[in-house]
Amino acid sequence: MMNAKRALDALGDPTRRRIFTRLRHRACYAGDLARGMRVTRSAVSQHLQVLRAAGLVAVSVEGTRRLYQVDARGIETLRRWLDGFWDETLSAFKEAAERAANTTRTNRTRK
Amino acid sequence: MTMVEQTTANFDPNSVRKVVDVGAPRDVAWQVFTEQMGSWWPLAMYKIGQANAIDAIIEPRVGGRWYERGEDGSTCDWGRVLAWEPHSRLVLSWDVTADWQYDPGLQTEIEVRFIAEGAARTRVEFEHRRLDRYGARRDEMRTIFDKTGDWGQLLAAFAQTAATSARQPK
Repeated sequence: MMNAKRALDALGDPTRRRIFTRLRHRACYAGDLARGMRVTRSAVSQHLQVLRAAGLVAVSVEGTRRLYQVDARGIETLRRWLDGFWDETLSAFKEAAERAANTTRTNRTRK
Repeated sequence: MTMVEQTTANFDPNSVRKVVDVGAPRDVAWQVFTEQMGSWWPLAMYKIGQANAIDAIIEPRVGGRWYERGEDGSTCDWGRVLAWEPHSRLVLSWDVTADWQYDPGLQTEIEVRFIAEGAARTRVEFEHRRLDRYGARRDEMRTIFDKTGDWGQLLAAFAQTAATSARQPK
């Protein structure tokens, strides 16, 4: 599991956050990412390196091109860090048990 | 998220405790926890296999497996059943490492107690203990398991980012 702090630090930079936001919509080639940004292509590459090191972005090589996409594991790391693993899980359990209890009660009433 | 009570008394660095008040009879709470885990466990986030997980299963006996099942039929173990006392007490080993891999040698422990509070409510006491088994990564893991993240720090970081962004032309 990657370090959540590292992911947060990576996203603290506005350009990186813009790159990451774009990748959240769809996977992109490095060249396409640089287009429309006020930074050079090599700067975009450096930002992508930081995002990769933080576990937020994954790359796959297609011939000579590199396709970048959001790394789901990095997102999970952040969510775990934000929500708290057992709080989230036990809250979901509570809701499910109460739904089940209501269903049982309703069925008993019908009988 | 306020539904889960924090028990901060007697802080133990090797243990995380939670108490949940559930509006369901004890047998229903037990059943949902043990037999229908796949219906409530946040599988989209909390799973360890490569495949999308579609179910979480506890085999109902001491020594039984606790595992996730992927949509491709693959399974990934999470731990084992250490105590199985229907409607009242369940102990599981949680053998998922700090890198979110199964390691049967890890053996952190989860104990869940179901205490009836009248006919329609159940107090569920939860403990995840033996976190010392995570070694040097204990504190990191305890934070993940226990607390609601440090929202203050996150919001400060984003407030700063937003302020910086606002100063830059679009």
